[in-house]
Amino acid sequence: MLRIENIVKRYGDHLALDGVSMEVPQGKIFGLLGPNGAGKTTLIRIITRITGPDSGQVLLNGKPMTAADVELLGYLPEERGLYKKMKVGEQALYLARLKGLSKQDATARLKEWFERWEIAGWWNKKVEELSKGMAQKVQFITTVLHRPELIILDEPFSGFDPINAELIRSEIIRMSKEGTTVMLSTHNMGSVEELCEEIALIDRNHVVLHGPVKEIRKRFSNATFRIDFTGNPVAFADALAFHGELLDHQVDGTQCTARVKLLHGATLNQVLAATLPAAQITGVREEVPGMHEIFIRAVSDKDPQSVSTGNTE
Amino acid sequence: MGKIQLIIWREFITRVRKPSFLIMTILGPLLMVGGIALVVFLGMQEGGIQNIVVVDKAQLLTNKLKETDDLKFFYEKTELSDSAFKASPYTVMVDVNPLVLENNTIQVFYKNLPSLNTQNHITSQIESVLEREKLRVNNVDPDTYRRIKTALKVQLFDIDKQGKRSYEQLKAGIGFAFGYLIFLFIFLYGVQVMRGVMEEKQNRVVEVLISSVKPFQLMMGKIVGVAMVGLAQFLLWVAISLILGSFGMGLVKDSMGGAALAKDVPQVTAQLQEQLDKQGVKLNETAETSEQLGVMLEVWDELPVTWILLLFLFYFLGGYLLYSSLFAAMGAAVDSETDTQQFMLPVTVPMIIAIFIAQTAVYNPDGPAVFWCSIIPFTSPVVMMVRIATGNAFSHPGELALSMALLIGTFIFTTWLAGRIYRTGILMYGKKVTWKELGKWLFYKG
Repeated sequence: MLRIENIVKRYGDHLALDGVSMEVPQGKIFGLLGPNGAGKTTLIRIITRITGPDSGQVLLNGKPMTAADVELLGYLPEERGLYKKMKVGEQALYLARLKGLSKQDATARLKEWFERWEIAGWWNKKVEELSKGMAQKVQFITTVLHRPELIILDEPFSGFDPINAELIRSEIIRMSKEGTTVMLSTHNMGSVEELCEEIALIDRNHVVLHGPVKEIRKRFSNATFRIDFTGNPVAFADALAFHGELLDHQVDGTQCTARVKLLHGATLNQVLAATLPAAQITGVREEVPGMHEIFIRAVSDKDPQSVSTGNTE
Repeated sequence: MGKIQLIIWREFITRVRKPSFLIMTILGPLLMVGGIALVVFLGMQEGGIQNIVVVDKAQLLTNKLKETDDLKFFYEKTELSDSAFKASPYTVMVDVNPLVLENNTIQVFYKNLPSLNTQNHITSQIESVLEREKLRVNNVDPDTYRRIKTALKVQLFDIDKQGKRSYEQLKAGIGFAFGYLIFLFIFLYGVQVMRGVMEEKQNRVVEVLISSVKPFQLMMGKIVGVAMVGLAQFLLWVAISLILGSFGMGLVKDSMGGAALAKDVPQVTAQLQEQLDKQGVKLNETAETSEQLGVMLEVWDELPVTWILLLFLFYFLGGYLLYSSLFAAMGAAVDSETDTQQFMLPVTVPMIIAIFIAQTAVYNPDGPAVFWCSIIPFTSPVVMMVRIATGNAFSHPGELALSMALLIGTFIFTTWLAGRIYRTGILMYGKKVTWKELGKWLFYKG
């Protein structure tokens, strides 16, 4: 749906993006991750045509993006705000009309949203009378009101209480199900795991990770298993022999949980076969790293190329 | 409605709806007309009755000074001590030196500074009495003296405009008034553009906006919208001033017994003369007044009013576009109003120079400084107005054309320049912006 090809962007001596490429699939929720200053905002600004790349191109539905295509985008910037002195309804109308909606359409859709979220009473209030969370809700509506094909949300949950964050989350999922492509930039790895099907991680002007979340998590799994058993932990450890290494274990009465890392070449089956005589196995599950851990491991890696090797499709 | 029209409309309507716009619209002309009326009114008012004691040891003036309703003269043969004067009901003490016929000097002591009118009255009364006394002493017939006394009138003619007297200075004054209006407008509304840009940046609404429209559209929309606010306010001022003015004129006419209803200048002059006579003003002064009225009418007829208004509009808009784009760039480059100082100076200095040069142009419209400043686009909107009003610009159409072309070229250039600074600046937070930094922004690829 959105294809970014080899984007390079410099600001004077500062290289903001260096050959960044990625593909955002149609109708999916795509996470754009990266530490502060990695170049995420610059990339988003290039996609939204706020600024232009030095080289490379952005393709929307297979064609290079044009100025008219900004109406197909909905962008909620991290640095966002509204005119404080303007009335809520008037301002929402203004922003919607700047996105190319007619006055009638914009009014009708706004009324619908305001009723659905039960905020119709805000229409004639000035923005400065609203709380931060209330203003954010209005801001979210104005971002998606023109039913864009691609919605770009930069830290959409910041400033929301858990109830409203949940409201926004469910709206994102609803729109995604209706076929809207969503690009989500956030530092909240919990919501990445929950919402995103694919991600790209940018660090130091490069894409260092790119692909479906499941695959990436699998790739980062380091063959560690949690094995629950009853029996003697010492006997269990002895039985592991050359197949696995006991990282640590917890004992709760007769119930033990051991974290076992497979040694080179060994399989889970071999570990289980070796330990079955020594203990009563009650459960086994693979320890898959969370996005939080993956983020930290990918970013703290001194040579980002080594992590990304073999993961471009 | 196109996007840029939408932006212009928002900029216009949100400003016009503000209470401050209404207040300024009503207060502006009221302050102006009221201010003038107040000055005139106060000038005509005496600070109560002045009791003037004339210490006249030589008995030159005693009982010879004409009194008015508010000015009473009392005469003393002997000097009053300071404390005696302080304790007396007299408000002013005039000490007439016995040698006044030789040294032409008197001393006036006061408790509260007497008005200019009072001072003039005292001076003119004593002058005429002394003159008569000198005529008598020198055996000169007063009628002969009146015939001899010469008040020279200088009539200026421009050789290119045959048979017509030239009132260059008066016209230049009118031109200066127009130039001053332009100066005022650029400052008032240029700063509004800057504030508007800063507001969008501080509110963080700007990035939302420029994901829908180009930064340049946003900037131009704001500049044009604010210009329309200014024009609307200006037109309302003119309308209100005209209404107030005609109302005020009506009052003046009423007080003159309705005589001024007729557009007959001599009749008005006669009325004026009558009034002035009451105040003891000399006859030839009245003649001057009536002549000035005639001059005003003649100058008004002579002024190329249509051209002045058209060119006023041109320089007004040209100058505004030039400066407001710079103000917009300034607003975009900084985070808060306090940071604007370093950029403010280079923008304001040319404007202040323009006002100074325009002032000198009133007295010397052909000077080289005036010439250059009427060509250079940063000062031409103000200075050229003076040359236009005097007609000087029309005798050098080449210079006028050059000045106009340069102004157009320059505002196109400054808006382009401002656009480049603007689109980078509005997204830049928490960075202390230097001139060098601004220079770099110009070359960032859009």
